[in-house]
Amino acid sequence: MKTKVEEINRNIYDIKNKDDYDFKIKKGLTREIIEEISAQKGDPDWMREIRLNALEVYNSLELPTWGPDLSELDMNEIATYVRPKSKLNSSWDDVPEDIKNTFDKLGIPDAEKNSLAGVGAQYDSEVVYHSIKEDLIKQGVIYTDMETAVREYPEIVKSHFMKCVPVNDHKFVALHAAVWSGGSFVYVPKGVKVDIPLQSYFRLNSPESGQFEHTLIIVDEGASLHFIEGCSAPKYNKVNLHAGCVELYVKDNAYLRYSTIENWSKNMLNLNTKKAIVGKNAGMDWVSGSFGSKISMLYPMSILNGEGAKTEFTGISFAGAGQNLDNGFKVVHNAKNTSSVVNAKSISKNGGKCTYRSLVRINENAKNSKCSVSCESLMLDDISISDTIPTADVRTDEVEFSHEAKIGKISDQAIFYLMSRGLSEEDAKAMIVRGFAYPISKEFPVEYAVEMNNLINLELEGAIG
Amino acid sequence: MENNLLEIKNLYVNAEDKEILKGINLNIKKGEIHVIMGPNGSGKTTTANAILNNPAYRKVSGEILLEGENINNLKTDEIARKGVFMSFQLPEEIPGVSVTNFLKYAKNKVTGEPVKIFKFKEELKKYMEQLNMNPKYMERSLNVGFSGGEKKKNEILQMLVLNPKLAILDETDSGLDVDAIKTVSKGIEMFKNENNAVLIITHNTKILNSLKVDYVHVLVNGQIVTTGTQELASKIEENGYSEFKQ
Repeated sequence: MKTKVEEINRNIYDIKNKDDYDFKIKKGLTREIIEEISAQKGDPDWMREIRLNALEVYNSLELPTWGPDLSELDMNEIATYVRPKSKLNSSWDDVPEDIKNTFDKLGIPDAEKNSLAGVGAQYDSEVVYHSIKEDLIKQGVIYTDMETAVREYPEIVKSHFMKCVPVNDHKFVALHAAVWSGGSFVYVPKGVKVDIPLQSYFRLNSPESGQFEHTLIIVDEGASLHFIEGCSAPKYNKVNLHAGCVELYVKDNAYLRYSTIENWSKNMLNLNTKKAIVGKNAGMDWVSGSFGSKISMLYPMSILNGEGAKTEFTGISFAGAGQNLDNGFKVVHNAKNTSSVVNAKSISKNGGKCTYRSLVRINENAKNSKCSVSCESLMLDDISISDTIPTADVRTDEVEFSHEAKIGKISDQAIFYLMSRGLSEEDAKAMIVRGFAYPISKEFPVEYAVEMNNLINLELEGAIG
Repeated sequence: MENNLLEIKNLYVNAEDKEILKGINLNIKKGEIHVIMGPNGSGKTTTANAILNNPAYRKVSGEILLEGENINNLKTDEIARKGVFMSFQLPEEIPGVSVTNFLKYAKNKVTGEPVKIFKFKEELKKYMEQLNMNPKYMERSLNVGFSGGEKKKNEILQMLVLNPKLAILDETDSGLDVDAIKTVSKGIEMFKNENNAVLIITHNTKILNSLKVDYVHVLVNGQIVTTGTQELASKIEENGYSEFKQ
């Protein structure tokens, strides 16, 4: 969260520390490598079994036959585990200087002081910092790194880990389960309202490597939480891989808001999986800003299992030269009186490609449910691409379902209008784009809305001529 | 000569390779109100767009001078920052950008000085009252969902806030009812002083009734065929343009 940064500075994201690790697994994906990661991490047996089983599932699954071409991904060229030269700390002072500097520049410790109730910071494969406010601990809230959760809350983890997202969901989920490391675990007890957001930030520094953090959040009955996830990486010449997994359990009458600002570098393949199971009269809201990565395939999913469950997805993607962002949303209505609202936007420029891909499934038992989808795309030039691929599978007549899609190019006359008021061409375009993105950016906490506008300005820099 | 604000010399302009302006000459001094009248398709809007160098219009030959400086090839925003404003016939809608934020941003660009938000909002409120605009519009997206009349008033509001040296009003009165036209005239009176000038493009004379107009030019088929005073406008109202067409 770069609230202090007035001037836009690409360098913040591009700080490249020396690849100075404590341990880096050799590249590739074999049984020996998985066993070595498991040993390095000191897994209990049951977790090692999950990993080895997942590797078999991974080997048995094919790459998706739809969406962006992933043929450039060669797992023999990716190191799936990189342990930084830092243990897990609860004070920033104990975090090694170069790592701390990176997070300082990303504004994390500042944000922690000003507007967060807890912070996790992951560097490559391990979490190097974790904290939570004392009063939340007193109320029984657990917010810790995933490794600690495996150690200290094995029963909760066993009954939830890879249960919301099954290992055989797709190839990269299986990969994730085999090599996962880091991530956050949150448990909010019944009735506890966490008013101030928690934030986990994921930073991948090491080249030719992957990040596979696991986020597991359980919001118990009647409780509420706002969780923020941020991610970034400096750019390298060869591909890096991100295949995280987010599992969210929103129990009856609970509420969870999950916000993401993702600014991976443009050599990143972002093949992330996020799912939520939503209980009776519970609410699950997704807010997502996707800016970085070379290829992104990201379709958060809400499964509305309880009567009266609600979900909203608000997301924006911004693709520049060489980027192919294939993002969207999936929802399953699986009970009466459930509702979903989707508001997705995309911006593409300099030949970038944005696809909105979605699935809406309304099961037979989901009588009296509502779903409304709106997606809108803005292309800033003639060489950029935008596409909408919605799928609807509606199995009952007693629903209200609407889908609206708009694709358009930025208007020359609108640019002229703003320029006639003294705005440069670049300013005019940025203003139009920021305005287009506003319905999404206003859903973020204010500091993130600022960051999002900064990212938009950054993406538009040099976009002219 | 130092009172010359805008001089157009023998200007030829094409739009999409079609010759629209065929040798226009115009001289506007500080303190003056000029009117260009003419039938549809005569080149009125092209004249306005050419002054602001809209890239959709191409100057073939001739010169446009602003306070003696040739602005033929300046970009639209540079011309705007030198003090030229244009009220659009069809103002653009910009979703997600509030009237206040837009004008604050534009004012900063035009003046090059930081805009103090509290004072600025007060000023905005005052102008909106005078233009019979609902102050709630300050927070609404620029022109989005505005009626035709509200859009035109919003153009006049922008003119007042940005306070240019030359305001070009392109058919600002078209499609407005009598009361709205009066409001627009009032806005022009509020704006006008001896150091600035207004160029009104219209084919309607109602807007001129309450204004002291210095010159009326008749534009037909890309050329100014005659120039007169306010009486010329009244004559056109009675007889139309037929006597000026060959």
